[in-house]
Amino acid sequence: MSLAKITSYRGRAVPVSGDDIDTDRIIPARFMKCVTFDGLGKYLFNDVRFDAKGAKTAHPLNDPRYAGATILVSGRNFGCGSSREHAPQAIWHAGFRAVIAEGYAEIFFGNSTQLGIPCVSVSREDRKAIEAAIQDDPTIEVAIDLAAKTVRFGSRTVPFEMRESARSALMSGRWDPLADLMAGQAQVDAVASALPYMVAR
Amino acid sequence: MAKTLYEKVWDAHAVATLPNGQTQLLIGTHLIHEVTSPQAFGMLRQLGLKVHRPDRTFATVDHIVPTNETKEPYSDPLAQEMIEALRKNCKDFGITFFDTFTGKQGVVHIVGPEQGITQPGMTIACGDSHTATHGAFGAIAFGIGTSQVRDILATQTMAMGKLKIRRIVVNGTLGKGVYPKDVILHIIRKLGVNGGTGYVYEYAGKVFDDMSMEGRMTVCNMSIEGGARCGYVNPDETTFAYLKGRPYSPKGAEWDKAVTRWKSFASDADAKYDDVVEFDAADIAPTVTWGINPGQGVSIDEKIPSPSDVPEDQRAGVVEALEFMKFKAGTPVKGIPINVAFIGSCTNGRLGDLREAAKFVKGRHVAPKVRAIVVPGSQIVALQAMKEGLDKIFTEAGFEWRGAGCSMCLAMNPDKLVGDEICASSSNRNFKGRQGSPTGRTLLMSPVMVAAAAVEGRVTDSRAM
Repeated sequence: MSLAKITSYRGRAVPVSGDDIDTDRIIPARFMKCVTFDGLGKYLFNDVRFDAKGAKTAHPLNDPRYAGATILVSGRNFGCGSSREHAPQAIWHAGFRAVIAEGYAEIFFGNSTQLGIPCVSVSREDRKAIEAAIQDDPTIEVAIDLAAKTVRFGSRTVPFEMRESARSALMSGRWDPLADLMAGQAQVDAVASALPYMVAR
Repeated sequence: MAKTLYEKVWDAHAVATLPNGQTQLLIGTHLIHEVTSPQAFGMLRQLGLKVHRPDRTFATVDHIVPTNETKEPYSDPLAQEMIEALRKNCKDFGITFFDTFTGKQGVVHIVGPEQGITQPGMTIACGDSHTATHGAFGAIAFGIGTSQVRDILATQTMAMGKLKIRRIVVNGTLGKGVYPKDVILHIIRKLGVNGGTGYVYEYAGKVFDDMSMEGRMTVCNMSIEGGARCGYVNPDETTFAYLKGRPYSPKGAEWDKAVTRWKSFASDADAKYDDVVEFDAADIAPTVTWGINPGQGVSIDEKIPSPSDVPEDQRAGVVEALEFMKFKAGTPVKGIPINVAFIGSCTNGRLGDLREAAKFVKGRHVAPKVRAIVVPGSQIVALQAMKEGLDKIFTEAGFEWRGAGCSMCLAMNPDKLVGDEICASSSNRNFKGRQGSPTGRTLLMSPVMVAAAAVEGRVTDSRAM
């Protein structure tokens, strides 16, 4: 299994403002009645994008100015709540390849990293500056540089933070750890055999 | 060197350091359900892999099961497809499945403990964020995504980084009518919904020493609502008494050995923590959420805050919540009218929860126009409750008595709010749309407070009744 080395990402961005945007909002539970992840993209943020009659709301994902955006920009604690991988899968299947936010819930961050979606954290001030810039001109390029740990938007460049293990995994093409986990199988069984509850009955 | 339980369990299950610096962690017990596992089995088949330890993998069905129909095929064909997929996956890969016809089916976080599968010193993972529930036993238990479900199925391990540890001490004794649910809602309210990000919570102090296993499960269950991926209570005699005699608990001479081993996992008295926070039980009252995240709660005697009552960086959140909930700042939470009452979920769907709520509703009746349902957390909980006559107490009081499942906690089955109904709910999340209607509104509270709200038709202080 050879994975892409994700060292940078460039694209247009869309602001999905607010703090504590939970995974129920990213993908409402009723759309999880499925046995594959295919097709989840069209339900991304469904219940805030459409009203009770199915008409489009003023949500930024409905704004034609942001059509073609591939980077989500949001606030603090993005992806909190349910552990559903359906959330980053919906983000991926809707065409997004990176997230810039002030911070992430633990499980969402891990799920996204394992799908090769870089989730970078910027300060509140910088997040607001990025939002203002893309609201002002949705066509500007937003560039995430994982090596330099920076986000460039227009003429400005700001630093980002990311857990080192995730950054290393993305940059080295080891963001899906299955191959590495399988390589250590003999050691796994040795550790298990030292735990009474894991000794096969 | 002195260690916490988290460090001891981690060290006992650490297999190797991965190239990215994370640890390959052995997962002793893997719990699966119908919503987050089918794609993982799909990937396994695609890669031609087997389940490495089917004997350490346990399945049940909970999220999609209807609670008012038992006959298959279910009226929802998607639900039927999901239960059948799980049946096939468990059969093909040799996994024990607590299916609907076994009498043991239920919400995964209720089934594990009641079967004695959940034990101290284990690592436990499940594709469900409320897996921290199992931490009540002194296990390190956490929610994972579907790709990690695949990793664990294939290797019995996953990649993980070590978390920091915060000890949360609650001193004193809880007042009458104050429940474990109030304790955790209070903690989340004070520490914030992301206060625990990057941390494990160790719950300690007299309140937890005195608390039942069911109460400890309620508290650990909602760790994730405070941002902490896992939370635990050190194992003690209460833990061992709960586990004794359960189907999967060690038997005979093995029992004594296991108890000795379990005790050794408890945090050492001089263990070091990254952070310590203390609360006083006297400050905790019945707590009710008014907003759109579990940290937006107040005690029953308080008012809904206005944006100016909170720190600057929380104001936008309060504005958004007030708008969604259609509440006015400054309104007392006591008296908010409700349309629906829900007692159940992995947070509060256990026998003790039903007993307390039944004690309250006995001789009373649900207010006109309030739709009230009780959903036992498992078939075993349901059966025991019926033996005790709790179902009759509830139905005579005007509640519907349902079958076991997750039900209206996340409304993946037919139990849903309609329009902007307000639900007094014993579940764990009040997110926008969580209970099945995009505009539905959820007020989280203890099961007894839900019962009181159902009877009065409005949010009420159960202690005053």
